[in-house]
Amino acid sequence: MHLIESGNVAAATGVKLSRAQVIAAYPITPQTPLTEKLSEFVAEGSLTAEYIPVESEHSAMAVCIAASSAGARAFTATSANGLLYMNEQLHWAAGARLPIVMCVANRGIGAPWTVWNDHQDSISQRDGGWIQLYANDHQQIIDTVIKAFRLSEIVSIPVMVCYDGYLLSHTYMPFEAPDQDRVDAFLPLFSPKNKLDPDQPSNFNTVTLPDVRPDVRGNLAPGYMEIRHTLHQDMRNSMEVLKDIDQAFLDAFGRGGTPFVEPYRCDDVEHVVVCMGSLSYHMRDVIDQLRSEGVNVGVMGVQLYRPFPDQAMVSALSGKRSVMVFEKALSYGNQGALYADIKSALYNVDRRPLISNHILGLGGREIKTQHLYDAVKQACGNPETLGDTPHWIGLKCQAS
Amino acid sequence: MKSDDFACMISRSEPGPGDGGRTGSWRVQRPVIDTAKCIPAKTGKPSCFTCWLFCPDAVVTKTIPPTIDYVYCKGCGICAEECPAGAISMEDESRFITEENDKGCI
Ligand code: SF4
Ligand code: SF4
Repeated sequence: MHLIESGNVAAATGVKLSRAQVIAAYPITPQTPLTEKLSEFVAEGSLTAEYIPVESEHSAMAVCIAASSAGARAFTATSANGLLYMNEQLHWAAGARLPIVMCVANRGIGAPWTVWNDHQDSISQRDGGWIQLYANDHQQIIDTVIKAFRLSEIVSIPVMVCYDGYLLSHTYMPFEAPDQDRVDAFLPLFSPKNKLDPDQPSNFNTVTLPDVRPDVRGNLAPGYMEIRHTLHQDMRNSMEVLKDIDQAFLDAFGRGGTPFVEPYRCDDVEHVVVCMGSLSYHMRDVIDQLRSEGVNVGVMGVQLYRPFPDQAMVSALSGKRSVMVFEKALSYGNQGALYADIKSALYNVDRRPLISNHILGLGGREIKTQHLYDAVKQACGNPETLGDTPHWIGLKCQAS
Repeated sequence: MKSDDFACMISRSEPGPGDGGRTGSWRVQRPVIDTAKCIPAKTGKPSCFTCWLFCPDAVVTKTIPPTIDYVYCKGCGICAEECPAGAISMEDESRFITEENDKGCI
């Protein structure tokens, strides 16, 4: 069925088709219409799920943790300060290996208070052990939500599906909602690996001593470090699973094929612009224009940010003359997080490209096509002069 | 890779003695029950057992007299604090260490 709806409704439709069993969420702009839509689905009976209204995002994640521990498919969604309010529980969900799926409608973080889009919220959660996927349009939002449930349940790691607040969450676009029976065939019912079971009582994630210890049967039980090492290894291995899932989705629904990065006109180019989210599609207009003027440049969207697809970065970028990383977030006092990660992935390649960092669109500052055009054209003209310090695009005044 | 390859390791503990290791080695003071003061010991009737109820590590038996498993008693002193008869005293662990080391315990 084809729909013309908002990005939030695309996400809600994906959650419904995935048959989430427990939904706990606290409304926050610009995620609110997503949770409203889900509560509507539950109220009208088109989605059989427990909808648990909570008093905060911390509780929303706590409910998802409990539901997932009991063996239910759990979903929540948030934005910005709501995501930060969940912080402690986010780390818990990852360490406890619970396959929770969460949508993040990306929004800037206060102070100063803002409700508009940038990526600082999810980027600030990159180190907590969640898989992070970024969608670039409505079709990718609904598809990514469905894939996210399958991924998280295979690897037992929670997955964040991020999409731009307002730019995607509130704009209307056509997209295809797959048929329920085909989604059912793609996404089997959740069969948890570890769940609370009265017939086999056990404690999950209690104090774990620094060292390994014998358990009640005298077998060696892992210490904190072994458990964390496994999380890291499993996260790295989840890339292979994501690739398989993407292929299975492509076979079943005819969409996908770019699980990690999505290059556009990047074959044999000299320069590549890298960005995340809807900006990478916005950038395509600029690329088309510049190509028609003879500038040899393409753009690559990053769809998987954690685990970091370093091999995909290396194959896409090594040997290029220059790489320009455009970001709507940064690690304050250093550089853009994506920029630093890409730089580090490229450190060992034989033909290392020149690389530059461009910060833009923070707190919803409008990104004009002209700004992008000027910045990319200039950077392609003089990549040697750009240095390692982030260039800020669209700043109108500076502290004197 | 298959689902079975993932989450092979999580933190999980089951009810039973010793899941946190031999916590008796944490003890600096040892609870000692004076059977002359302990109510069930004195009366020969199954009564009181406040120490059994309160012990957070479930190492006190509900027997006459109650006994304490020193392999796992971590010496928190809750039983001594709660005993209505003042029958439990907390004694310096160093007094016992030499004797038990000789016996090869703990
Ligand atoms: S609490 Fe004191 S009196 Fe009661 S059973 Fe225990 S040792 Fe005896
Ligand atoms: S309450 Fe504390 S001191 Fe008393 S027996 Fe239990 S662990 Fe030992």
